[in-house]
Amino acid sequence: MSLSLREVGYRYAGAARTALTDVSLDLEAGRVLGIVGANQAGKSTLCLVAAGLAPATIGGELSGEVTIDGVATRSARPWELAQRCGIVFQNAATQLSGTTASVWEEVAFGPRNLGMPITEVADRVAWALDALAIIELAARDPERLSGGQAQLVALAGVLAMRPAYLVLDEPTSQLDPQGTDLVATAIAALAEQSGAGVLVAEHKTDLLARLAAEVVVLGNGQVLAHGRAEEVLADERLDEWGVEPPSGVRLQRAAKAAGVRLPAENVA
Amino acid sequence: MTTAGHRSDLRPAVPAFVQQPPTGAYRSLNPTTKLVIAVVEALIAFVLRGWTGLLVVLAVVVATAVVARIGRAMLPFVLATIPLIASILLVNTFLYPGATDAIVHIGPFAPTWTGLEFAVQAALRVVAFALSVAVFGLTTRPDDLVADLERRGLNRRVGFVVSATLRTVPRILQRAGEITEAQRARGMDTEGSLWRRVRGVIPLAGPLIFGALTEVEEQAMALEARAFSAPGRRTVLRAFPDSGAQRGARWVLLVVLVMVVGLSVTGRLEFLP
Repeated sequence: MSLSLREVGYRYAGAARTALTDVSLDLEAGRVLGIVGANQAGKSTLCLVAAGLAPATIGGELSGEVTIDGVATRSARPWELAQRCGIVFQNAATQLSGTTASVWEEVAFGPRNLGMPITEVADRVAWALDALAIIELAARDPERLSGGQAQLVALAGVLAMRPAYLVLDEPTSQLDPQGTDLVATAIAALAEQSGAGVLVAEHKTDLLARLAAEVVVLGNGQVLAHGRAEEVLADERLDEWGVEPPSGVRLQRAAKAAGVRLPAENVA
Repeated sequence: MTTAGHRSDLRPAVPAFVQQPPTGAYRSLNPTTKLVIAVVEALIAFVLRGWTGLLVVLAVVVATAVVARIGRAMLPFVLATIPLIASILLVNTFLYPGATDAIVHIGPFAPTWTGLEFAVQAALRVVAFALSVAVFGLTTRPDDLVADLERRGLNRRVGFVVSATLRTVPRILQRAGEITEAQRARGMDTEGSLWRRVRGVIPLAGPLIFGALTEVEEQAMALEARAFSAPGRRTVLRAFPDSGAQRGARWVLLVVLVMVVGLSVTGRLEFLP
């Protein structure tokens, strides 16, 4: 069982060129797959396609096959897909419904849309808040949270749908280092404890080095490299692809250039 | 924490702060009652010509705001009307068609008393509209409105659109402030003379409008990611206060609105000052 893309191509409605070309990858439950690439490489498009929002919600033209646990996203409705694969975007503010007075109600928004019994809603909200260690925020106004807290609430809102897979589109891009650390810690714990498959698109390769077992490098909508995180993130061609290597790799290279040998295990 | 429905004590409960309905003389009214009051106030302010309807509506809106204790919170809604009010005052005072009772002659321009009176009335109508929307928005939980309208058989999208629209006003003002600060940080002069301020508005419009449009698209996707389009009724978290008196009041208000619109359109209320 996996979230699977086979020879996927995607063109936005009205666009002349494709945003994704011949992309194939698999995300298994309990694994974290990192997606990295320069601006306009197709990371966000890949996230929308993987979660089934493209083309179901935003239109456009999809070729190839995207399946979530064997169900083709092409034939499923958005609200059905929401229970299989959740997606979190860059900007936390746009992901909050704006109709709720407390974080508890915000997290309950998705399960309530499904018309679940109130007991099931309460179970899911408690589980999602607990999984991200934000129970103390339950009574807070969602509009008055820090960036990192708001992103965690957005993530909890998606988690409460109990999806088997999570797609995170640059979840820390608008956060300060403290907020980034808050979200990264939560994602790491989530992947380990919940058994969900997590796809993270990120500029921050340090974050991917910390979280991902596998990494895909995208460029011009195509897969440029795909493999184990420690191998891909140490690839000499990263700079050429517009991707800054993780700080550990840069330190290793700088030390090598200066003629200093650093034991690999000491470079975090 | 309290429990809801048939449940084991070991299961998580719906917190008391979620189940508790709003309190206070005006806030505790049913969301649909407050919506009807706001709609009736806003429409009467616009439909009824002259000063009477306008001043009555303004008095009622201010009274409800005082009862609901939301005086200062209404400020962003009033501020949002300033550009529109400024243009109404300028255009009508200086360019009112057919008016000859000039207040003063300034070169080729001659502001008139007739134009000024019309402009002040029109501006107050905009203020009355904004305040009635503000009173409703500030005293009603959007989620309660969505749930109550859905309970009455309306599609959840209708309630959501009403709620989202109300939320837009303070958000756009906040965003405008952020963009202005960013432009000021890059050296743009947004203070000083009127001409400088007007010039400062132009580069504000692009980021404001395009940013809002991008946000709308992303929010629509985020809603779909949480099954907003799922069929069937949403789970209701708390009971909404309603009563025979409120139901009766809603019907009376709607009948009054229809009568005022009918009489105004047929010219039978022209005796009012």
